[in-house]
Amino acid sequence: MLAKRIIPCLDVRDGRVVKGTNFEGLRDLADPVDLARFYNDSGADELVFYDITASAEGRGLFTDILRRVASEIFIPLTVGGGIRTLEDFDRVLKCGADKVSVNSGAIADPSIIAAAAKRYGDQCVVLSMDVKRVDGQFRLFAKGGREDTGIDAMEWAVRGVGDGAGEIVLNSIDTDGVKGGFDLEMLDELVRRVSVPIIASGGAGNMEHFAELFTHPGVDAGLAASIFHTKQVDIRELKRFLRGRGVEMRL
Amino acid sequence: MTAIVDYGVGNLFSLQSSLRSLSLETEVTGDAERLRAAERIILPGVGAFGNARARLDGAGLVPVLLEEAERKPLLGICLGMQLLFERSFEYGECPGLGLIPGEVAFLGEDLGDKTLKIPHMGWNSLEILRDDPLFKYFKNGEYVYYVHSFYARGCREDTLGISRYGDVCVTGAVRRGNVWGAQFHPEKSGGAGLRLLRAFAEL
Repeated sequence: MLAKRIIPCLDVRDGRVVKGTNFEGLRDLADPVDLARFYNDSGADELVFYDITASAEGRGLFTDILRRVASEIFIPLTVGGGIRTLEDFDRVLKCGADKVSVNSGAIADPSIIAAAAKRYGDQCVVLSMDVKRVDGQFRLFAKGGREDTGIDAMEWAVRGVGDGAGEIVLNSIDTDGVKGGFDLEMLDELVRRVSVPIIASGGAGNMEHFAELFTHPGVDAGLAASIFHTKQVDIRELKRFLRGRGVEMRL
Repeated sequence: MTAIVDYGVGNLFSLQSSLRSLSLETEVTGDAERLRAAERIILPGVGAFGNARARLDGAGLVPVLLEEAERKPLLGICLGMQLLFERSFEYGECPGLGLIPGEVAFLGEDLGDKTLKIPHMGWNSLEILRDDPLFKYFKNGEYVYYVHSFYARGCREDTLGISRYGDVCVTGAVRRGNVWGAQFHPEKSGGAGLRLLRAFAEL
């Protein structure tokens, strides 16, 4: 059977990984290429890169980094951040990305999902959503979680999958940064609504949170950033721990 | 030199990089003469079967591949492996290269457990059924990375390894004579995948 996936996420701005990094023994801890290599060596199942630069110069640096990572790291790479057009898909795929994640770009123009799925295949299109509870509803947020779109997040997910999104990253704004565990209630609702792989994001604080996450069989992967970057949780140790708890893991 | 067949299907960046990381001389080419000159050939591919077949035909590469497959190692990867079979049923029936007996069918059709997701995407363990030089550096049960919705069936006697998905034994690796196939992506399967490619390069 398929192993559950553990995915570190690297937010890159102006060629550097942002969010606290606290590694020892690595030359440059905020260098995305070094960090990617480190994660590859410690058993990460996939890497996610978010380009959070706004400038054209920063974007150029990002594609250069991506190309360097993709030429030496041979696990799946997902890229997101600032993806709005098919040209954006093309640019990162040519640099070695395997999957491209769209978020605000799909909110601004939902037809990008169908167009990209048709050109590159469903498996290539990842719908990333930032979701928060508002008035008892799971509400879709845009612009990095700053703007309430008024859209029902679960309906948005169903529509995205219908248009060809092959995977969903669900980031719960309610649990993000709290380190109190993943948003299992929100994830369960999404599992009920769609049949594509679901990546849980937001809220991981310790190994137990991942064990808890994977007792929900519809969830395929757990994504986190700072707890891995700060080495609060070591991926290899986490995967051994999870296998010990009966979760299928690639070791 | 290892030739990677370029027929406009899919992204060859990772495959090329992975071979380069093994210090292998590679050439991405759609030129029949270069394929004839190569020591071994890799046939990659992603996307839909019918489109890939049409592009191979359009590039005039089918006769070359059939001839060269008798003389040197040929490895089909993902859709490239599916093309090795007699036919596929993706968007209607379409003939393959017929180098390996068997057919390519929708995985969902054979899955008893309808809650299982399609595509079969992620890391799955490859169980070796038959030892082969391709597995020279590969350990039974290692995980490899799959992304596909169709799979090869009716090819049991040529199957080298399988991965279990629900009640289906997904054909993971095949071999018939000089022709090998991997449904998974060795170039995305970490160290285990690189070791398979190294073994192929030593054939």
